[in-house]
Amino acid sequence: MSPSTTPATNPMTTRDAIAQVASDPATIERHFPAAARIATREGRDGDAARRELLLAIPGPAAYVVDLVRRVYEHGDPAERRAVLLALPALDAPERSNAVGDAALPIVRDALRTNDTRLVAAALGPYAATYLDDDAWRQALLKVIFMGIPVEQVAGLAERSDAELARMVRDFAAEREAAGRIVPPDALTVLALVDTPDPSPSRAD
Amino acid sequence: MRIFDPHIHMTSRTTDDYVRMHAAGVRAVVEPSFWLGQPRTSVGSFTDYFDSILGWEPFRASQYGIAHFATIGLNPKEANDARCREVLDVLPRYLVKDRVVAVGELGYDSMTPEEDDVFAAQLALAAEHELPALVHTPHRDKLTGTRRTLDVVRESAVAPGAIIVDHLNEMTVGVVAESGCWMGFSVYPDTKMDEHRMVEILRRYGLDRMIVNSAADWGNSDPLKTVRVAEAMLAAGYTDDDVDRVLWRNPVEFYSQSGRLELPDTLADGAQPRDEELVGAGATFEGNSVLRGARD
Ligand SMILES: [Zn+2]
Repeated sequence: MSPSTTPATNPMTTRDAIAQVASDPATIERHFPAAARIATREGRDGDAARRELLLAIPGPAAYVVDLVRRVYEHGDPAERRAVLLALPALDAPERSNAVGDAALPIVRDALRTNDTRLVAAALGPYAATYLDDDAWRQALLKVIFMGIPVEQVAGLAERSDAELARMVRDFAAEREAAGRIVPPDALTVLALVDTPDPSPSRAD
Repeated sequence: MRIFDPHIHMTSRTTDDYVRMHAAGVRAVVEPSFWLGQPRTSVGSFTDYFDSILGWEPFRASQYGIAHFATIGLNPKEANDARCREVLDVLPRYLVKDRVVAVGELGYDSMTPEEDDVFAAQLALAAEHELPALVHTPHRDKLTGTRRTLDVVRESAVAPGAIIVDHLNEMTVGVVAESGCWMGFSVYPDTKMDEHRMVEILRRYGLDRMIVNSAADWGNSDPLKTVRVAEAMLAAGYTDDDVDRVLWRNPVEFYSQSGRLELPDTLADGAQPRDEELVGAGATFEGNSVLRGARD
């Protein structure tokens, strides 16, 4: 085909796109969707290219978070996953505009989806640091439920607690009662929690 | 036999359909954005729909071993509703997405001036984004509509080789064959086209630029009509290679013009599908099926 106009949407290279975002951050909305396929053609990793674009957004943390959220909300699953994977880098302590817990709504949105890739990506080190206990336990139960390998969850050993163990034991009991298989990952989580008393439900 | 359905609205289909399609050899589909039966009244309804055919639906398809791509556009029916015209403004941000392999489906419904404008504007967007376009012919006043469609295509910046003119029949195929556009046929249970008439058209016009789809949606339709055409071709003496050309290589060639048709390696160069691909192409985790309990 021979389009008569030069496509404004096609950035030249990953490097150029990053430079453009650094000087005119709003252009990330145009560069981010195409970034993975352009990076792949350059022999680079698509998620890494997308992370670099996000890290190139200048300005105070609140501005960065707003733009990151917009990129996430306008993203397809691969773009959303790339945003989730970039959250720890956006919150790196050496960054003067580290996002802190302000990007948590993105994590919560991903945890509400039914897409295993997004749920898994949401439970990285960023969620391990900031997600509250109730939400984290529910997320972990969902992970077991959806068949996502629990070893992909960041901070699994540190954040698993007695309440989670109780929830997992109840889930296992429900499965057993129904004559269904208990996912081995349920046992993995139980083994992590140091609970000498394995009785199925404690009143706490 | 490997089948590529270049026009099917999977959002309206069930998981049983996915299972049957996979069992019959369907390994890739393109879902054009279209009318949902119930008119939409705001841009938000469209963006949620676009997000769905670029998000949840490809995920769902991948669970059944089927690669799913989409075409994005404002359909002519809703182009006539002023409340939906704003959709044109959000199209550019969708037309850069990885899984968008064409603009569409476009074309005429009642051939109004509004439809003219929206059709031409979207062909310009296709040219700008270096995407091919999927254009259907109207249900009513079909031959006139097809001629008018081809006029608009000629005036656009998109080459005829980057256009499918779809829903053709015996009356409309001739003018499209002459135009250089690809010829699309939607094989339905009892309207538009059936598999035996389809084979007659292939005999008469050859296999070049021929595209066969089920266009299955929420109406009376059958997602296995592509397979029925393949069987009818074989019964009529066409070879396996002819079938592969019409039902796989032709649509792959057409949509590859987007530069975004990334098919799984397992389907590369004549590889025939195997059963063990059934669950999880790309979207599931090794040894874990997300099928079970996924919707609880
Ligand atoms: Zn359609």
